[in-house]
Amino acid sequence: MIEIDKITRLYNGVPAVDAVTMTIETGTVTVIVGTSGSGKTTLLRMINRLEEPSSGEVRINGESTLTIKPHILRRRIGYAIQGHGLFPHHTVARNIGAVPELLNWSADKISARVDELLTLFSMEPETFRNRYPGELSGGQQQRVGVARALASRPDLLLMDEPFGALDPVIRTRAQDDLRRIQKQLGSTIILVTHDMEEAIRLADRVAVMDSGQLVQHGTPAEIITRPATEFVADMVGRVERPLRLLSLVPVSELVEEGVAEGEALPVEASLRDALSACLWTGRAAVPVEQDGVLVGRVTFEAIRARARARAHP
Amino acid sequence: MRIGTFLRPALTLLLLALVLRPVWFTPLFAPFASAGGPVIYERASLLSLSISHLGLVAAASAAATLVAVTLAILVTRPAGAAFLPLSRTITNMGQTFPPVAVLALAVPALGFGAGPTLVALFLYGLLPIFENAIVALSTLPPATMEAARGIGLNRWQQLVRVELPLALPVTLTGIRLSVVIALGTATLGSTVAARTLGEVIIAGLLTNNTAFVLQGGLIVGLFAVLIYDALVQLETRLVRRTGG
Repeated sequence: MIEIDKITRLYNGVPAVDAVTMTIETGTVTVIVGTSGSGKTTLLRMINRLEEPSSGEVRINGESTLTIKPHILRRRIGYAIQGHGLFPHHTVARNIGAVPELLNWSADKISARVDELLTLFSMEPETFRNRYPGELSGGQQQRVGVARALASRPDLLLMDEPFGALDPVIRTRAQDDLRRIQKQLGSTIILVTHDMEEAIRLADRVAVMDSGQLVQHGTPAEIITRPATEFVADMVGRVERPLRLLSLVPVSELVEEGVAEGEALPVEASLRDALSACLWTGRAAVPVEQDGVLVGRVTFEAIRARARARAHP
Repeated sequence: MRIGTFLRPALTLLLLALVLRPVWFTPLFAPFASAGGPVIYERASLLSLSISHLGLVAAASAAATLVAVTLAILVTRPAGAAFLPLSRTITNMGQTFPPVAVLALAVPALGFGAGPTLVALFLYGLLPIFENAIVALSTLPPATMEAARGIGLNRWQQLVRVELPLALPVTLTGIRLSVVIALGTATLGSTVAARTLGEVIIAGLLTNNTAFVLQGGLIVGLFAVLIYDALVQLETRLVRRTGG
């Protein structure tokens, strides 16, 4: 459990982060969203003490981070940033093994871990181990950056706009990968972004920052349906609101008996995908399949009813 | 590059022949010799002069590199930033002082011989290395530096594992400039009795023997060209590995 306790950072007497208190459960993804200058990155950087708090403290599993030397603390916390920040003069293997090397793991253990991570990120170890970052595509560099952050199995992974430099198609894939890997490893992740879409896609809990203050901390559904301030409502977007809400609900929740015309959707698809399919092809219902077998359908009416029920609970 | 593959061995052979078998070139230099005077410099072996010349340059450049890079590291740390203007002034002064003046001033203190030459070459070599090392160390990719700090490298590890290797190619450019300047400037050392290839040139000037001047000049020039070329190749190789 990570406890952020009344943490404040002043720049020339002006608070960039103003008495933020927040508790993060182990094994969850928390996404901090805000506009630029909202203090979200400063808040993140105070967790591994790249910025020193002016007052307040962070506790990881009850232990104050102020009692540990900063560089020792950072070896226990994974850190991935926008533009990956890989070491251009080291191979992929050395980049990923950087933190285990600092922690004096044996060479065998490091190389086994490197191969394991490359495989986890769908990169063939034989092919990529000895390449230099300059020889990789943007998406591959970013994956190596996240692999490096995960290498020593840290208690906590901090990510600062990790997908900011990727083009939209690759970004969506990288987000799916991160979600899959997080579920598999059970890591605790705190991620900073300015993109509400990304926040809703990835988060168990969303924290919205505005002018240095934490204005709301809750599940994505809460943020969408009960925004605490006008600012949160604006971040969610009034027009996108119902669609974002539908994107949180899998089709499986509304599957009913019956048949429908046209191309089928997988059960893992969201209601937003189903709605889109209905609108695009003018159908009143879409068939749903699980592992290639039809299991029923989802109707336009049911989606509409669900959207209304979720919006006004 | 293709012209280099042919020119490089050719120039190297020419240089070796000039240093090791100067007599071969008698017909070539004869027209430039003073009437009745010697054509080929034989007062000292050209090989031993070359070795001593290169030795002086290597020693002075190594010392200049050590001092300039250390200074550059210190003034690019947050704590040393205040000394940046001062250290710039000092190294600039080293460059503006003409080497001949340094020689003249150093002789009373250090006597004749290699000493004053080393001092002059050292002072003259500081600036290019210092300036390049500062540029290299202060323009490192910010994301890489942030990551280096963020994954838990301490100050010393950041410097040794990340900053210095990444700053190496640009620093090497400064070292190259400094070495080439020193190769030429070292000839002046022979005016204060340092053993360098300048001895041949000065002997030629004193006796109005253009053959000696050409001989000495050619050898120094070829050394400069070939060493410059070798360092350029080393840099390209480093950039290919670290850039990307």
